[in-house]
Order: sequence, then C-alpha cells, then structure tokens
Amino acid sequence: MSEAMLTVERMSAWYGAARILYDLSFEVGRGEVVALMGRNGAGKSTTMKAIMGLMAQRQGMVRFNGEDISNRKPFEIARRGLGFTPEDRRIFVDLTVMENLDVGRQPPRRFADGKPAPSWTPEQLFTLFPNLAEMPDRLGGRMSGGEQQMLTVARTLMGNPLLVLLDEPSEGVAPLIVEQMAHTIIALKQQGLSILLSEQNIHFARLVSDRVYVLEKGQIHWQGSVAQLDTNLDVQRTYLTV
Amino acid sequence: MTFSAFFFQALNGLSTASGLFFIAVGLSLIFGVSRIINIAHGSLYMLGTYIAYSFATYIGGALGFWGGIVATALIVGVIGALIEIVLLRRVYRAPELFQLLATFALVLVINDATLWIWGPEDLLGPRAPGLRGSIEVLGRQLPSYDLFLIVIGPLVLLVLHFSLARTRFGRLVRAATQDREMVSALGVNQAVLFTSVFALGAALAGFGGALQVAREPANLATDLVAIGDAFVVVVVGGMGSITGAYLAAVIIAEVKAVCIGIGVVDFGFMTVNFSKLTLVAEFLVMAVVLIVRPYGLLGRPQAFVRSIAEPEDPIRAAMPALKALGAVVLVVLLCLPLLAQTSPYLLILGIDVLIAVIFATSLHFIMGPGGMHSFGHAAYFGLGAYGAALLVKWLAVPMGIALLAAPLVAFGGALLFGWFAVRLSGVYLAMLTLAFAQIVWALVFQWEALTGGSNGVIGVWPPPPFDKAWVYYLLTLVLAVVGVLLLRRFLFAPFGYAMRAGRDSVLRAEAIGIDVKRVHWLGFAIAGCVCGIAGGLFAFAKGSISPETIHVSRSIDGLVMVLLGGIQTLTGPIVGASVFATLQDTVMRQTEYWRALLGLIILLLVLAFPQGIVGAFSSLWRKSGVKS
Amino acid sequence: MSVLAIRSLSKTFGGVRAVNDVSFEIAQGEFLAMIGPNGAGKSTCFNMINGQLEPDSGEILFAGRDIAGLEAREIWRLGVGRTFQVAATFGSMTVIENVQMALISHAHEIYHFWRASAGLHRDRALDLLEQVGMREAAGRPSRELAYGDVKRVELAIALANEPRLLLMDEPTAGMAPRERNDLIALVKRLVVERGISVLFTEHSMDVVFAFADRIIVLARGRLIADGDAASIRDNAQVREVYFGTGKTFAGAAP
Repeated sequence: MSEAMLTVERMSAWYGAARILYDLSFEVGRGEVVALMGRNGAGKSTTMKAIMGLMAQRQGMVRFNGEDISNRKPFEIARRGLGFTPEDRRIFVDLTVMENLDVGRQPPRRFADGKPAPSWTPEQLFTLFPNLAEMPDRLGGRMSGGEQQMLTVARTLMGNPLLVLLDEPSEGVAPLIVEQMAHTIIALKQQGLSILLSEQNIHFARLVSDRVYVLEKGQIHWQGSVAQLDTNLDVQRTYLTV
Repeated sequence: MTFSAFFFQALNGLSTASGLFFIAVGLSLIFGVSRIINIAHGSLYMLGTYIAYSFATYIGGALGFWGGIVATALIVGVIGALIEIVLLRRVYRAPELFQLLATFALVLVINDATLWIWGPEDLLGPRAPGLRGSIEVLGRQLPSYDLFLIVIGPLVLLVLHFSLARTRFGRLVRAATQDREMVSALGVNQAVLFTSVFALGAALAGFGGALQVAREPANLATDLVAIGDAFVVVVVGGMGSITGAYLAAVIIAEVKAVCIGIGVVDFGFMTVNFSKLTLVAEFLVMAVVLIVRPYGLLGRPQAFVRSIAEPEDPIRAAMPALKALGAVVLVVLLCLPLLAQTSPYLLILGIDVLIAVIFATSLHFIMGPGGMHSFGHAAYFGLGAYGAALLVKWLAVPMGIALLAAPLVAFGGALLFGWFAVRLSGVYLAMLTLAFAQIVWALVFQWEALTGGSNGVIGVWPPPPFDKAWVYYLLTLVLAVVGVLLLRRFLFAPFGYAMRAGRDSVLRAEAIGIDVKRVHWLGFAIAGCVCGIAGGLFAFAKGSISPETIHVSRSIDGLVMVLLGGIQTLTGPIVGASVFATLQDTVMRQTEYWRALLGLIILLLVLAFPQGIVGAFSSLWRKSGVKS
Repeated sequence: MSVLAIRSLSKTFGGVRAVNDVSFEIAQGEFLAMIGPNGAGKSTCFNMINGQLEPDSGEILFAGRDIAGLEAREIWRLGVGRTFQVAATFGSMTVIENVQMALISHAHEIYHFWRASAGLHRDRALDLLEQVGMREAAGRPSRELAYGDVKRVELAIALANEPRLLLMDEPTAGMAPRERNDLIALVKRLVVERGISVLFTEHSMDVVFAFADRIIVLARGRLIADGDAASIRDNAQVREVYFGTGKTFAGAAP
C-alpha cells in the first residue's frame, strides 16, 4: 500500500446521548478502494458523516492528504478534496441535472506531492454516465432512483475530489444499476482516485474493493483483503450474510 | 363607482402592492435558506421608514431623500447581517418554535429601541424631490411618486428572478433552500451564504420601508401590521416563490383598494361600509386560496425538512409524588383567601395566574400533543372575553350565562379558523393562526358600533357575591382546575393518543384509519373552547375588555408560558404560566420599556433553557438518577 | 377467487406515463413479489393500491369492490394492511401503545374522550406482539428500538385490523441479510396461518427467489413478465432491463 490518503484514529461519535462509534481507527491508501461493511446500524454512515464534519459530537483524529482535518467545518473539508455522496443521495430536486452539477463545482486541485488530481467537466461526466447526458435539463426530482444515484456521484466528482466517501452505492437500486456503479468505481480507481465505500452487499464489495473493514456496533471487528474475506466464512456468517 | 374611479383605485392598489412585495419577498427568501420565519421582518421594514425619514429631514434635498433610501437599504441590510451573525446562528439547530420566538423577541427589542431613538410621535417625511407632481389619469390626479412605486416593484421582481435563475449565487440559494447540509458538504461556505441571504432580505425590507417615507408617516405600530400583511401575502402567494409573492401582493392590495374605493353602500335594508371591511376581504381571499391551493398560488407542498428536535418521551400517568404535590398546591391555593387578608393584591395576582394557567394549558394542548404551533391563541381568548362582555353590554345577561357563552363563542371561532389551520403544518400554520388572530383583533377594533372600538367594553362587573375578590378567586380556581384536568383526561384517552399519532406521522396515522385533519380540527376547537373560559373570566375580573388585551402580544405571551415550562411535559404549561404571569404582574409593570425587557427574557429562555423549566428539571432528575 | 384484481391501471406524471395499462391479480393466500428497475412504476402502482395516489384510469378491485381513489384510511378499514419502505413507529409512544392505537382505531374508538387508552385492547396487543417476538419490549419507548425490531412492531400494527391483504413496500430495505430472511420467514408464517395475501416490492433477489409464490416484473410503467421464479429468472427481457449479469446477487447467478 502506498502512502495513506485518509487516516482515522480513535474516532468516536454520538447522537445526543447515544454513542454510535467507539474509537475507530483505519486508513485508506492513495488509489485504494476500501469497503466498510456491516449490517444496518453498525455505524457505517455515521463514520462517513463524522469524517465529513457533519456530526455535531465527535472525537478523535482525522488526517487527510497530509493535513489534520479533525476540527474543520464540512465546507472546508470538501474544499480540501474530500468528496461525499450520501446514501439517501440528496439530489437538489428543484435544480436541473446541469445545475446540480454546478453546485458541486470546485477548482482543480493537486495531490500533496504536486501531481494534478483528476479533474472533471460536465461533458466528461456525461461520457462516464451516458444516462445523464440524455437529460441535462431534467429536474432532479423527476429522475428515477438509479439516475439520481449516478447524478449524486457525478455531482461529487465536479468538486475534483482526491478521495470519495461513497455511502451505500448499491442500496435500493436495481441489479443492473448496481453493476454500472461497480464499473464506475473501477474506472475512478484507474484514474487514481481513492474511495471509501460503505456496503452491505458482499457480492458488490467483492467486485470493486481492495480491502475490507467489518463494522459492528460502532467498532471494527475484522479487517483484511477481499480474498481473505472470501475464504473467511466465519466472519461472513457472523457479521454479513446468512 | 364609475369605471374611472375603479381604475384609479386599482392603480393605487398597485403602488401599495410594491411595498407589500418588498417585505414578503425578503421573508420568503430568508425562510427558504434558513428555514426561519423572521417575524422581525416587519420591524426591519419599520426601521427603513424611520431611517429614511432621518436622512430626508437631516440631510434633506434630493441627496437626502433618494441617497437616503439607498443608504437605508444598505444600513438595514447590515443590521440584518448582524442579527443573523449574533443571534440566529445560535438557534439554527433549535426547534422551529424557538426560532420563531427569538425573532419575535427582536420585534419587541427593536420596537422599544425605535421608541427610544425617535420617540412615540408619528413622523411624516418630505415629498419626493423630482416626483412631487402628479399626472392625469382618466381625469384624476395620480401622484408621480405612486407611479414610480408601481414600476419599481416589478423591476425588483425581474432582477431577483434572473439572479436566482441564472447566477451561481442563485443556484446555491435554491440548493440550500432544499438541503443546506448537503450544500456545505459540497464545499460551499454556508455561513457566508446565510448571512448574505439574510442581509439581502433585510435590505429589501428596509428599501420597501424607506420608499414609504413620502407616502405614510413612520409609526411604531407598523412592524406588526406589516408582518401580518406579509404573512397573508406569503401564504397566498406560496412560500418560496418570489413571483407568487408579487402576485399575491397585487391581489391583496387590489382587494383592499377596491374595498376602500367602494366605500359606503346602501343596500336598502342595510348600509355597509366596505372601507371598514378590508381585513375581512383579505381573510376571504386567503380562505379561498387555501381551500383551492393549500400551499398558495405558486407554492408547492412543503418539502420534507429534516427534523432536528428531539423526539418526545411517552406520556405517563402522574407519579404518586406528583399527585401529592398537586394536592398540596391545591390546598395552598384554596387557603389563599385566608392569607390574602393582609395583602389583598395577592388575590388579584392569583386570579391573573389562574387565568394564565387556563390560557397556557389550552394552548399547550394543541401545540404539544397536537403539534400545531398556534401563534394566534389570543383570538380565542378575545372571542371568549368579548363574547361574554358584549352579552352583558347589549343583552344584560347574568354572569353565569355570559361565562357559559364565552367558551361557546370561542369554540365557534376555533371551529371556523381551525378548519383552515389544520390543512397546513409547521410555520405555515403558525403564520395562518397569527393572521387569524390579527383579523379578530382588527374586527374588534374596526367594528366600533358593536364593540366600542379602541375604547373596548366597560362595566362588566361580576354580581354579588362574586364582587368580593375571594369569591371570584375561588370561582376562577374551580374553573381552572376543571379545565386543566379535563384537557389532561382527553390526552390520556383515545382522542389524545390519536392526536399525538397524527402529529408523530400523518402518513402512518392515516394508514391505520385515523382521519388526522378531523382529529386535529376537533383538538384545535377544544383548545379554543377552553381558552374561551379564560377570556370570559378575564373580562369579569377586570370589569372591562379592550382590543389592547387581545393583541398579538397575548398570543406570544402564551407561547412563552408554554415554552418556559417546557412543551414536552404536561405540567410544563402550568408552571410556565405561573412564573410568567407573576413576573408580568410584578417586574414588567415597573418599566416603560417592558417590551424590550420581555424580549430579553425570551432571548435568554431561547438561548439558555431550550427545554423549558420543567424540561430542564426532569432531565437533571434523570441524569442524577442515572448516576446514583 | 382473487383477493385483489388490478385492471388496466394507469397514472401519468407531467407527461410521463409512470404506470401504463398494468393488470394483474393476487389469489387468496398468495405471496406475490413486484420487482423492476428504479422508476419502473412500482411505488406509483403501490401507492395507488394503498390510497396515497389516485389513478388516472383503471380499476382496483379488492374483494370485488373498486377501491380506486378512496382515501388511505378508508382502504385500511376495508381490510388492507400495509408496511412502509422506511419503517417507523409513533415515536412518542411505547411499543404496546403503537399497537393499541391501531386496535383502538379498528374498534372505532378514536373519538372517545374519557376512558384511558392504556387499558384498551391490552391483551390483544400483547398477543400481536407475542407473534412477532416483541412482547418483552412492550413497555419500551418505541423510538429506542433497533431498526429490525421497528420492522417487527410495524408488522404487528399492520396485522391489527385483521387484513385480508397486506401491502409491503420493500419490507427488507435497510436490513442485514440474516435479518432479512428472518423477517420474511416470519411474515410468510403469519400470513399462511391466516390465509392473508401479500403483495410486496423488493430489490433483494435472494429474498424474492426464496419466498415469492409468483413474481411480476414492471419496467417503464408496463408489466413485462408474470410467472414463477424459474420462468422469471430465465426471461431474457427481464435479464436485460433488470438483472444484468447477476454478479451482484447470489440467487440468480448461473
């Protein structure tokens, strides 16, 4: 694994009095696709929100691209090149596809070593997501769930991120779209992007990710490569599948 | 009325519409992004008129007038930005109700600040340099300045429309209107966006107010009148639609202008003075729009807004300790007349507190378990009080019948207004209830022949033996206890559960066969009915009733009482009402600037005790319980 | 005889035919899955049956009576229960109060003002909770429940009016695979005992293939397939618009 793009150390988070995360530590290397797996309520989405600065009560350290971002506001974190696509997509329903993309627009940026990061224009994104190219003026609220799922990824890419937090990209969409998502993730990885995704579908995670962390009740219970997970039926049975 | 007179009135209406539009559009923009209904928007409008007056008179000339208007818009914009930075940023995460209260506190503070700076007299500015003349329209003289106002409204509408549709700022504003958190996660600095939208909205209100300087005197009552009108405009036009705001402003202004134009008409069997019916006409327009399009002419159903407020605990029957405490308090209250022999004022205070308890408990009934945040509960207090007082005045009925009629009149009013109110939710409902209360107030104020207008009704004294303070006190106590226990009983019965189910989730309540609108409508009417008892008791306790006592500030007093006690508990409103009424009778009567004082108390409450007194105590209790 | 018969149902939104001339039936006691790509019209179809949307045209015959255009609460009173895609309870009530609320409504007691709700239909509510395995949690505030348990309580609520038809919108959405199968197995057991028919939408093919008696497939507003698991799995058109290669789920992998 090359240098770490994102390092999380002893991160905890609370909703009101309820503690959701317990001293999580993990990292994502540059150009790596890492999956956070675990059942609903395990703390996957909360982890992503906490990294993004969206949890009011949070402790611990988050380093990104060589910089401590633990106490930054969400917009400052986004401006350092951390992209976030939430599980409920949160498309702006009153804005068109093009306008949605424009809200996500940020200037091109470089990695810490000075190498330019992949940057995107709407035209390039339309090649990546041909469905969106057919409907630049469609209102977000008039799109199907699968189309919204693509738009939310495209909107994040408009910010030219170095790393993308992808929350449950396969949840609630048809198998065909799930497959397209998998292809997209692989394409992004080839461009040099790092990706942290949360996932419940082991078949999907197997297709796209390099490494896996298994979360349960806000703690990491297992970590390893996809190949290791494939052979470890015990972990699969306890935390993931039937 | 001739055609030319009609047309002339219509033009007049258009020039008024511009002013209405400037407040309403700012209100709508700010709500869109921050989800806060800025009740102080009318105050910013009022400040605009005062500041422009100062520029026009102290600097004078064209520079002082026209330059002053521009400078006023900028100054009010800066004031708006300061309000956002200093106050509102701290309450964005608070429940909706607290945000409304915080901005209402600003109304009080700004009003007293204006009184302190400019004094109580109306201030009429000079006429507009360069536009002093008039032009002839169909044989009548239309002031050039009115023509200027007619043009400026649509002009600002166009500019706003294009900047929202075509600029990045506009796109960000529209995106933030739906989901501010997501916008910030995409790298947009929310704080700057919020402050600039607030400043823009405030500047528009200030501009609108400044433009009035050549037409109407600056007046301390403008703030609430303006915000009431703006609410009606926003409800009719549709929240979040700037075109809707203009359309509605034109409709409302035209309806008023035409009413004034028609004047007194003799129908043979009766004469009607239409110019006194402007508020009734406004109400009718609003009612028709709300029936046909519940979210306004160009509005859309309120999108799902992420709720940040903490959910409530299940209600529990009173613990033995609480029951015992209640019994002790009741015994003390029964013995109060004995203690009062040395200080007779104690009984007056006791009556005030008990009336406040009925008022607050009935408001809590719909606000807490019903989730309907009424900002116009004074309407039902007023209907009860006037219902009783007018029966005594015109028909000389005995007190018993008058006190029986009070809740019935209030019940009728609540049935009428509630039918509309339950069709809306959240801030729309708050605005609508406030507008209804304004209408009741205005009706009482304008219908002089029946109600005595601003003088009110006097000589409503209780007959013996109730003329003795301690007897009347005991009567009040009995009615208060009965009212409070009755409402409590309802809450534990299936009806109360259904009301809470409808509040927790309309969709799910409907899916198990509950007609949520009907249940909430009935709940609203029951609360109005009980509130009417408080009104009736008040009229006889004071011997008189005047429009002053049923003004919007009484509605707000009720909200403060409920929130002070804590909205999520059943005992909260009782404690809150007692504390507040005692404070009001003792501290606040001591100063001329009681509004500012009340405003500061509200701000303290909002910033320091978001759970209310009882809420704070019970969470302390729970915390210590966990530890031990 | 079929419990529910849909005849030529259509609904248009802003020029787009969300549901286009769809017809199908559900027999007594049948477990029918409705699948299809996002935006195929499943939710629209569902919401027309449960009363949240009014169809533009077509009939929805429930036990022989056309219920198209009735309010959701009226349809419920006729004996149609439902659960939601995102499960939730009445958050300010305890678990048992949630079930009691449905029983109170079923007994037409909503406009009662005097008797305390706490004592009403308590035994029946406990009985329903027992059946979904939630009796122990009866007194807990419902908002403290884990998501899987909320789904169970929702099921108990849906059974309170002794429905003949149960509509379940993505009953296992947001659940871990093991919880999914447990829940659906529970539903299947309860409805078989009572002879209830179930119409459900689902994206988890593992669940669909394991439990559905019959599957209908919607795409672009039209019904494109109707049959048992084997015939749907081998249907070329369904493969093209919905399953893809089947790499992302186990059940259909060749």
